[in-house]
Amino acid sequence: MTVAAARALGDGMSCFVGIGLPSTAANLARRTHAPGLWMIYESGTLGTVPAHLPLSIGDGVLAESADAVVSVPEVFNLWLQAGRIDVGFLGAAQIDRYANINTTVIGDYADPKVRLPGAGGAPEIAASCGEVVIIVRHSTRAFVDRVDFVTSVGHGSGPGDRERLGLRGRGPTRVITDLGVLEPDPDTRELVLTGVHPGVTVDEVRAATGWDLRVAPDPETTPEPTTTELSVLRSLTGTGAR
Amino acid sequence: MIAPLDEAIAELVHDGDTVALEGFTHLIPVEAGHEIIRQGLRDLTLVRMTPDIVYDRMIGAGCARRLVFSWGGNPGVGSLHRFRDAVTTGWPVPLEIEEHSHAGMANRYLAGASGLPFAVLRGYSGTDLVAHNPHIKTVVCPFTGQELAAVPALNPDVTVIHAQRADRAGNVQMWGIIGIQKEAALAADRVLVTVEEVVDTLEPVPGQVVLPARVVDRVSVVPGGAAPSYAHGYYERDNEAYRSWDAVGRDREAFTRWLADLTATAPAATPEGTAL
Repeated sequence: MTVAAARALGDGMSCFVGIGLPSTAANLARRTHAPGLWMIYESGTLGTVPAHLPLSIGDGVLAESADAVVSVPEVFNLWLQAGRIDVGFLGAAQIDRYANINTTVIGDYADPKVRLPGAGGAPEIAASCGEVVIIVRHSTRAFVDRVDFVTSVGHGSGPGDRERLGLRGRGPTRVITDLGVLEPDPDTRELVLTGVHPGVTVDEVRAATGWDLRVAPDPETTPEPTTTELSVLRSLTGTGAR
Repeated sequence: MIAPLDEAIAELVHDGDTVALEGFTHLIPVEAGHEIIRQGLRDLTLVRMTPDIVYDRMIGAGCARRLVFSWGGNPGVGSLHRFRDAVTTGWPVPLEIEEHSHAGMANRYLAGASGLPFAVLRGYSGTDLVAHNPHIKTVVCPFTGQELAAVPALNPDVTVIHAQRADRAGNVQMWGIIGIQKEAALAADRVLVTVEEVVDTLEPVPGQVVLPARVVDRVSVVPGGAAPSYAHGYYERDNEAYRSWDAVGRDREAFTRWLADLTATAPAATPEGTAL
């Protein structure tokens, strides 16, 4: 999953990075095929090249190695909102067929079953980056027919919604999971399974999805991680986890 | 200007106040939060973009009636269990929440610091945050006709921040990840800055931010006052402390023991601003 996410990042792109899997994937990309990846963390570090993975969004290693360290209003208003970031990386607790994301509550807002951390920078990343890549583990708990709370807008309820809402970026272009890859249908904007990771069957993915998942006519199989990708990943995380 | 932490808190923070302790992962005024707990302050509206473990502790100690925030978690670790407990079960006291995005909070502070009544931003559109927060509205741009989100200025009664250094007159110098601290300080009625040290002369540092003494009410010398967060150039983030808070915060009894230990200890302030 992390390797597939890293491959979604092109050399020279500017990337708004969140902590966790997105950060691991972006750092892997920068150490392999995308040495010119320009990483921004919401704590205000622009163009950071951390020597090791940060545990938190504001780790000192991010500031030490950055081109510039700016204030939070600057990073959100002048860099993100102004449309200067090519790709945003987001995680999710729940995601629906139109790639809308919930990181706020499971259950009713006023009386939640589980209270999650909340929005953070995600709504603006989802609204303003050129495109969004979502990384989430595949299960029926996460892939739900309807998210309990729309924290960040993906493709709303279908074609034309982002435009109507005044959201400028293209929205989610890829959802990468531990089982495969989903992409929005160009016409309906509904997520379609376009790829599976080695050893995973389409039926397994459908069983882990909480709606009747559409599948591309001939889904690709993700190429195996290379030995370089795996060794860099191990050096970053101390494990070989995909 | 320079006062011990317990005196500064007693003087500047009162029951029922709107209080912001800001710091974006870096320079979090943790010891000041502990002193607010020791003094048993109640009914506070706590404001902070990223309420982390210091707010978890203040909420668990019953200081807060209301929380205004945009992301509430233990960064890199998981949930804030005292916060969750207060929101979902009302223990030890019910906690009202007002929830924004980071951009919304940043712009609320910016408007407050600018002396404007509200801020505009693109964003929020299509999210359920709008339906659950009456403080997010829309305005139409008088020039282009575009609809934009509007959020009210945030003007805390008191803002508390931590910084690396101050001079004896109360000019404050900070550097590294500077988050929203300057805006939060300039938006507030009263400002307390805890610092690692007081020096006779502030030597310039690349990328520094200086808060002039005229916008600072009290400076307290609290070496290590941001731990387990960090102070760039002084000490590193104690990641293990964040991880180990998870077990304490998760369990009401373990938390109650932690609280008893905290209130039994004296504030970690030095009485006068001696350079260390």
